[in-house]
Amino acid sequence: MFDLSILFPSILNGLTTGAVYALIALGLTLIYGVLHIINFAHGASLMLALYAVYFLKERWGIDPYMALPIAVMGMFALGYALQRIVINRAGHGKDENILLATLGIAIVMENLALLFFKSDTRSIDTAYSLSTVAIGPAMIAVPKLVAFAGALAVSGILFWIMGRTDLGRAIRAVAKEKEGAKLMGIDVDHVYAMSFGIGLACLGAAACFLLPAYYVNPQVGGGFVLVAFTIVVLGGMGSFVGALVGGFLVGVVESLGGLYLGESLGQIGIFAIFIGVVLFRPQGMFGARA
Amino acid sequence: MSSAHRQLAGIALFAVLAGCVPLVTKSGVTLNFVMMALYATLIAQAWNILGGFGGQFSFGHALFFGTGAYVQAIAQLQGGINAWVALPLAVAGAALVGLFVGALSFRYGLKGSYFALVTLAFAEVFRILALSVDFTGGGVGLMVPLRESAANLQFASRAGYLWVVLAMVVLALLVTWWLRNGRFGAYLQAVRDNEDAARAVGVNPFRVKLAAIGLSAAFMGAAGAFYVQVFQYIDAGIAYGPAVSVEALVAAIVGGMGTLWGPVLGAVVLHLLSDLTRNLFGELPGINMVIYGTVLVVIVIFLPRGVAGLGLSVRQLWNAKRGGRHG
Repeated sequence: MFDLSILFPSILNGLTTGAVYALIALGLTLIYGVLHIINFAHGASLMLALYAVYFLKERWGIDPYMALPIAVMGMFALGYALQRIVINRAGHGKDENILLATLGIAIVMENLALLFFKSDTRSIDTAYSLSTVAIGPAMIAVPKLVAFAGALAVSGILFWIMGRTDLGRAIRAVAKEKEGAKLMGIDVDHVYAMSFGIGLACLGAAACFLLPAYYVNPQVGGGFVLVAFTIVVLGGMGSFVGALVGGFLVGVVESLGGLYLGESLGQIGIFAIFIGVVLFRPQGMFGARA
Repeated sequence: MSSAHRQLAGIALFAVLAGCVPLVTKSGVTLNFVMMALYATLIAQAWNILGGFGGQFSFGHALFFGTGAYVQAIAQLQGGINAWVALPLAVAGAALVGLFVGALSFRYGLKGSYFALVTLAFAEVFRILALSVDFTGGGVGLMVPLRESAANLQFASRAGYLWVVLAMVVLALLVTWWLRNGRFGAYLQAVRDNEDAARAVGVNPFRVKLAAIGLSAAFMGAAGAFYVQVFQYIDAGIAYGPAVSVEALVAAIVGGMGTLWGPVLGAVVLHLLSDLTRNLFGELPGINMVIYGTVLVVIVIFLPRGVAGLGLSVRQLWNAKRGGRHG
């Protein structure tokens, strides 16, 4: 049962999937860490990004990896606008209202996609979609390896922005002490919108790394929503390191669960982790108890 | 007449008016509309008991709806039990699931967004389980045989179903009335508004919230059982998918949470709206939900107290103006 020649590829596979999960979760945890809201539209936004990358390839022949800057900037603009136009106004001092607003956005996005793109599942063909390389006894699909490297690179960029740039300092200041940051002359609404924009920009990148080996349909976001939430609560709400580690962990758990229990029960494993963590250790692995 | 009595009279009037619809018209379209609007009212009011009065926003009320529906169908199919006897079983089954999820969540002080997500996760777990086990029919779903007779809780005309769901709605309205005017409702709202303060005056928040989720789930279970009787079919996606959860919470929030008539208003308005768009655009997939989502966003931004809250604001404004003139 614990044959290394089966176990090792499965773990490797889980790590590469986990990298993309981590990328999705990084955006979510950034938004939570700064705005203290749970972005329920995260999965639906990823779905939109996937469609964008799909059409860039199908209509204009732009390779998903070449589409990266377009997808990232487009999603950033969408996030910035959503925060400014909708979410910022939905506060009324209650977290639940913001949660409801993001739920509403998710419903609208998913069903507009259903309306315009129908419920068909679409995928793209690239020269490298089916190519593999051997790592030890494992054959790993090239797109998965690229996704792994890409996710790490984007996380690195995110860490650099947060740690070394003025914008990162402003974001951290607002996250820590909103009123104080306001007094220091930081435009809080702008920082909020930048954070939301960067959160969705991560999805733009994730979509470019996902699509060569994955598919898109209007419901595809739903599957990622709970996975991303699981990673975020597992890692500790607002923790970047937690999101990265949590992403790898969930990827491996899903892969091994699928190997030993079958695919659908492996999925239940993720929800079980989610429910368990929320109930018994809501601060996550790297979070401090509120 | 005190306001509590006025509300009771309002419920009686509502019951008589809605109950008379089948006597006035034989139009299948009208009867179907009223029946489905009542059904939407039932799930909205069920959500309102926990979300509106208890302040616990569930995103997974389909959990209870689906359980009621499956118990109703399985009791008849596998157990050979009469549909009327299955109904209380379905309600009890849903309530039990509600108490289980509530006990787990509230024991650890889960609230706000976390509670919303956990209920959603539970609904997903149940959906996947219902897809993978045999007694739910797996991916094929369950078909309840058609035996039209009142004794089987199946009716040849929509009128029969309309009266059944109306009885459920009236019961839900009476429970809501009791929440507004009774001691338990006062505890529940105290816990919603400030849990620590409620605890300080001797209210046990855990028990109060548990009772609320049990009640709320019971009505969702009744709605699920009703659904099975009307459509004679259930599968995992219908039972535990997000559509029912969304419909319940959007109608309650759009109408006005924590009020008696808000969910009724919300359910009817949304139903009118989706019927109207269906007439305008035909059966385009998704158009209904686009409207639900848009209305939800607009309400959350502009009318955080719902449509019923709008009426309240207008009245307050009116009173303030009049008061100003007199003073």
